[in-house]
Amino acid sequence: MFYRENGQFKTSYVSDTQIFPILQDRWFVAALLAVAFVAIPLLGSDYLLRALLIPFLILSLAALGLNVLVGYCGQISLGTGAFMAVGAYAAFNLMVRISGLPLLVALVLAGLIAAVIGMVFGLPSLRIRGLYLAVATLAAQFFADWVFSHVPWLTNGSSSGSVTAPNLQVFGLAIDTPVRKYLFCLAILCVLALAVKNLVRGRKGREWMATRDMDVAASVIGISPVRAKLSAFAVSSFITGIAGALWAFVHLGSWEPAAFNIDVSLKLLFMIIIGGLGSVMGSFFGAAFIVLLPIFLNQLPGLLGIPASTSLISHLEFMTFGVLIVVFLIAEPHGLAALWNTAKNKLRLWPFPH
Amino acid sequence: MAAVLKPAPMPAPDAPTPAPAAEPAPLLQLQGIHLRFGGIKALQDIGFDVRRGEVRAIIGPNGAGKSSLLNVINGVYQPQQGQIIFDGQPLPQMRPGRAARLGIARTFQNLALFSGMSVLDNIMAGRNLHMRRGLLAQMVRLGPALHEEVANRQVVERIIDFLEIQAWRKVPVGRLPYGLQKRVDLGRALAMQPKLLLLDEPMAGMNLEEKEDMSRFILESREEFGATIVLIEHDMGVVMDLSDRVVVLDYGKQIADDTPDAVRNDPEVIRAYLGTATQQE
Amino acid sequence: MGFLIETVIAGLMSGVLYALIALGFVLIFKASGVFNFAQGAMVLFAALAMARLQEHMPWPLAFALAFLIMVMLAWLIERLVLRHLVNQHGVTLLMATLGIAYFLEGLGQMVWGDDIYPINLGLPKQPTLVLDKVIPGGVLISNEDLIAAISAAALVALLTLFFQKSGIGRALRAVADDHQAAQSIGIPLSRMWVIVWAIAGLVALVTGMIWGSKLGVQFSLSLIALKGLPVVILGGLTSVPGAIVGGLIVGLGEKLAEVYLGPALGGGIESWFAYLLALVVLLIRPQGLFGERIIDRV
Repeated sequence: MFYRENGQFKTSYVSDTQIFPILQDRWFVAALLAVAFVAIPLLGSDYLLRALLIPFLILSLAALGLNVLVGYCGQISLGTGAFMAVGAYAAFNLMVRISGLPLLVALVLAGLIAAVIGMVFGLPSLRIRGLYLAVATLAAQFFADWVFSHVPWLTNGSSSGSVTAPNLQVFGLAIDTPVRKYLFCLAILCVLALAVKNLVRGRKGREWMATRDMDVAASVIGISPVRAKLSAFAVSSFITGIAGALWAFVHLGSWEPAAFNIDVSLKLLFMIIIGGLGSVMGSFFGAAFIVLLPIFLNQLPGLLGIPASTSLISHLEFMTFGVLIVVFLIAEPHGLAALWNTAKNKLRLWPFPH
Repeated sequence: MAAVLKPAPMPAPDAPTPAPAAEPAPLLQLQGIHLRFGGIKALQDIGFDVRRGEVRAIIGPNGAGKSSLLNVINGVYQPQQGQIIFDGQPLPQMRPGRAARLGIARTFQNLALFSGMSVLDNIMAGRNLHMRRGLLAQMVRLGPALHEEVANRQVVERIIDFLEIQAWRKVPVGRLPYGLQKRVDLGRALAMQPKLLLLDEPMAGMNLEEKEDMSRFILESREEFGATIVLIEHDMGVVMDLSDRVVVLDYGKQIADDTPDAVRNDPEVIRAYLGTATQQE
Repeated sequence: MGFLIETVIAGLMSGVLYALIALGFVLIFKASGVFNFAQGAMVLFAALAMARLQEHMPWPLAFALAFLIMVMLAWLIERLVLRHLVNQHGVTLLMATLGIAYFLEGLGQMVWGDDIYPINLGLPKQPTLVLDKVIPGGVLISNEDLIAAISAAALVALLTLFFQKSGIGRALRAVADDHQAAQSIGIPLSRMWVIVWAIAGLVALVTGMIWGSKLGVQFSLSLIALKGLPVVILGGLTSVPGAIVGGLIVGLGEKLAEVYLGPALGGGIESWFAYLLALVVLLIRPQGLFGERIIDRV
């Protein structure tokens, strides 16, 4: 009744291919952005911002990057943590060694460096696929772990690889309060998410998806799987690199290489599986889920009146992850995004059953 | 509207007449093609030509090497011996990507559609070679990239109208019935604006009505889009009606190369493939 | 000289353990076409079970009980997970085993505890000195490692025989080729899978037992199992001899690299050397040393 496309005719190809074709959707997104940009900074507590929203924003960005590679282009990657680490340490080196370098420039450059490294580690994808590619990306992961704790130059002399982020400021405005950090990350996320959405609904997205679905047929119609795969690695690593830099600078403050280890890579993979492969929205859903789950599990024993130690909670977290992955893969392989779309479709018919 | 989709300009100096004539150089020439897989001789000494604008059929019993022949033409298989001359250019090494860039498109027997994408996206994917805007422009989208997207969308919509699949343009191809999927396969190949269109059993699994539609689409592809067509087909009625000339293969060897009527009466062909009335008793 | 030989032997010994882990991977892949990311978690789970059970009974009994638990686990995995994912993409199944891995790690530690537990097999702990007449200083060999190597070899021989000679082995190979085809000729898919996962569970148990006896059973066991991946890549995903050879090469290579290259690079090379090796082999020979070529038909 409320959610209908009646009367919403598209009279140009431009309007036919817009991101939110249904008017009610546009209202919803506008409201969401209003809440995100206005309501939350005014009303949100520091805890909400620091513990929930900022990690959510940054992890959404990283999940988005990974989704480009795995969901849209079908190349499996278990080494995302490595590219986040490259972004973080690259940004660190740039800021520390080039005095007066603007933060945004450092972030973009760090992303580009991560993109180049991503392409290098993506080269094996030209010859191998599936599981074998997973091993190649794992190589990147473990190698990065080692490099950042054994090569002092990369960490400006720190022997253990642990470093501290410089003070952040953009155009003279210091980014030191949770609200400012939140808005900073939100702005970056919105810009990059829009860029990815544009890529994905245009020619590049079709190249990636064609390579994912059937790369022999893709080459027959003139799509080069080589270019598709390398560009997927490049774009994906660019975004995860920036996410890594944000994670290090904004969320952690100080970090060591272990902050980007294989656990991070696997968590990101879970995010996009649960959230929805090949879906921009799915990346957000997945990130929200992974951020909220530990908090929920932490509260659960209290709510049920059962005492529980932190190690028990962490075991439960593992078990819940495991069960949910399997459940989603069996029941809804396209993740929460698909569930959301199904719900929306049902809403279009409401109050009628069909 | 017609101006939006013109046949690709041909570099050869001769006039692009669709009627078969002896003087204009053939679009495709195969000479002495030999293809082996290990010990199996898939193709032996295949040689024929395809004139511009004609419809060439390749027929033969199952396993005769017809699909392998198409795969050789568009570079999926590399023959051990032999020469391919396309549009006057001898090509020592043909690869699928190269074939696509040269203007050779094909459909597949088992459909090679991109199952995760809609009909519209599948056919738009066929426009890839004609789209130039780079990564950065696409990220921004507003401006040159959007302009290019819309222009190519117009071309694709023309093809969608032509194939009468408007109602399904946003549907994921995996959900469509087989006959419609075959049309999408054809649409994607046409979107490349190819000089040469290779069709691998386009009528397989279709009923009479669908075959009539498909025949119409194939013939109109030549009229509207200016493509030269090579097709593999088992239905002799279709072959007789559609094609200008026929090549007959049997166990990898070429046993006839002539007009449909001549081929139908060729004793070799009858023995190998067509059979006679007496044999059925 | 003696040091070189000791390094070589130490490398080969850890290679034996890698080979065992890889064996678990290969078995499941050969027989069900699934890459079992949970193999490491299974090693941990089995070892934990045995270690805790052993506190209350002699170790052969603990071993038997732990094996029973692994068989039950195999049945549950087939029932709850594999059955519902028949004929899905390899990637989907891989992710599912990832889920199983996480679940087992959490469950195992919740039920059996997250400390370090010893496994006492009654093996002699002192090393023997050999070749002391031939090489100055002689060579120290750990008896424990020796027995481990021999048991592992025996297990491999048994399994190879099983796969090659028995009817079940043949059926398992059919299943690995094509689930639906095997089903359609009447091979009971579910039972086959339970059998395979149970065997892999047995291998995991033996691996965990040997390794746990050496180092004690702890959480990091499942991470070491990740090393099984490059071994299996090197050897070829479908080859039992490949798993063995791969394991030995990786174990040996790692040790030698650590000892001889390590000091120049600051140490810790073991964490990635195996992967680098696997990557290099992959690029030259994508199917691994002993694996079968993968052919794409259009």
